[in-house]
Amino acid sequence: MAIDAATVRKVAHLARIKTPDDRLEPLAGELNTIMAWIDQLNEVDVEGVEPMTSNVAQALRLRDDVVTDGDRVEAVLSNAPQSADGFYVVPKVVE
Amino acid sequence: MSDLTNLTLKAAVDGLKAKTFSSQELTQAFLTNIEAANPTLNAYVEITADKALDMAKASDTRIAAGEGGALEGAPLGIKDLFCTEGVQTTAGSNMLRGFVPPYESTVTANLWRDGAVMLGKLNMDEFAMGSSNETSAFGPVVNPWKSKGSNAELTPGGSSGGSASAVAADLCLAATASDTGGSIRQPAAFTGTVGIKPTYGRASRFGMVAFASSLDQAGPITRTVEDAALMLRSMCSFDVKDSTSLDVPTPDWTQSVGQSVKGLRIGVPAEYVVDGMPEEVSKIWAQGIEWLKDAGCEIVHVSLPHTKYALPTYYIVAPAEASSNLARYDGMRFGHRADKATSLTDLYETSRAEGFGAEVKRRLVIGAYVLSAGFYDAYYVRALKVRRRIAEDFDKVWGQVDAILTPSTPSSAFALGDKQIDPVTMYLNDVFTVTANLAGLPGISVPAGLDANGLPLGLQVIGKALDEATVFQVGAALEKAAGGVGRAERWW
Repeated sequence: MAIDAATVRKVAHLARIKTPDDRLEPLAGELNTIMAWIDQLNEVDVEGVEPMTSNVAQALRLRDDVVTDGDRVEAVLSNAPQSADGFYVVPKVVE
Repeated sequence: MSDLTNLTLKAAVDGLKAKTFSSQELTQAFLTNIEAANPTLNAYVEITADKALDMAKASDTRIAAGEGGALEGAPLGIKDLFCTEGVQTTAGSNMLRGFVPPYESTVTANLWRDGAVMLGKLNMDEFAMGSSNETSAFGPVVNPWKSKGSNAELTPGGSSGGSASAVAADLCLAATASDTGGSIRQPAAFTGTVGIKPTYGRASRFGMVAFASSLDQAGPITRTVEDAALMLRSMCSFDVKDSTSLDVPTPDWTQSVGQSVKGLRIGVPAEYVVDGMPEEVSKIWAQGIEWLKDAGCEIVHVSLPHTKYALPTYYIVAPAEASSNLARYDGMRFGHRADKATSLTDLYETSRAEGFGAEVKRRLVIGAYVLSAGFYDAYYVRALKVRRRIAEDFDKVWGQVDAILTPSTPSSAFALGDKQIDPVTMYLNDVFTVTANLAGLPGISVPAGLDANGLPLGLQVIGKALDEATVFQVGAALEKAAGGVGRAERWW
């Protein structure tokens, strides 16, 4: 299925990447090239095959439900674009 | 003392221990090289000279006291994907420019525990997405090798291009790197260096900037197979901070280097002959087969029938995981935040549009597309099923062989700018390396010879899960038979 500019606009929005109108067509072209190449996966018989989500031959390890770290407010906020009084500061988002 | 900088890691560690030279002398020699070369090669994005000299001084003190770890006093370069406490870590992206981690990645912590010295952070493709280092926000890295009779600047490969270039140009003894689809082995092949991606789960991913979590794995780029064995041992460990970390002992792989390969069964997969592969790549592969035969290996022709589907599978799985991993870069908690935004969504969208480069955006859009309602089963789930088919191909072959021999890359290093027009052409660079990532297997690239233009070509050995020992054993046999490819002539 060919990807058009409207699809790119929708997907770019889902990915939260602002995409100017004049980039939509070129991006659609690039994605079509890539997806057409990927379409060869349809040749593979995958009947009855379990999807492979991990290549580690072990069950996901669980740890005890205890606090192992914490009280590092300064470290946590050290890279915040903006912070105050031990909190992240974000622009006003509710009118 | 500039000759110190072309030592192997092993020779340097031995020399330091024997007090033939000090870590401060060695470190200063590398810093001098870096200062001279980096404006041209662009391998380092940050040079931590003061920190390096402090660490070297501490190493010298430990050595004088008869103490010290396996890498005591050895100056290394660190790919800018590994979080280093107090030192900017950007993953080659403007999104993370100015990010100073308040913690240390497990891999680098292990290296410092063993006495290594950090020279600085190495350039890379943005978020490790690229095969030529041209997607870095800090500009491309230049390969120290040049084609005979041409002055064109070549790529060192990617995404660990800075690591490969730095090792090849004597800007560090060895470097950390990471491999999601071939990002250690492809640049190693392009620069005449050794690169190994261990079994998935051997090295902790804690503190590595995530790209595709089920594929990413750390490993070293070094000058020799023995150096790779030495450094990988320090990098690997069981880590409770990474739930996919394997709770297995880390062997001393240097013991495998130099061991006879007599009687080993080496698989040669029919499907690794690809269209348009240069004659010289086939030739070096045939040569590798001959070398191993001469060393007493049994060559077994095997089939990995789903090989051709590995790259398209990768280009579904990796972007899908990236779109999830990189969702955290939203302008709120760290990284770039857009100045002017009209709403919350606009703030996210603008921050991400400004912070990410073109290739990252392209892959994030692909990832969102293949995960979106209506396409999830047709693309993402199907790719995961094909991934299992690819892994099963290997499982079947392990009954017949101990390791697999393939070329590392479909060509030698290409000129910067050569393949940027078409993303698919660029993606094809990882055609031989990507299967090992999908199946989680260890793979090494060893320099095997030069092509007609005098550029290095590599051979790859893929092994069974957790059987790095055989990979090192066969890799070292190839290295010995090849007799080295020499070093890039200094023009910078």
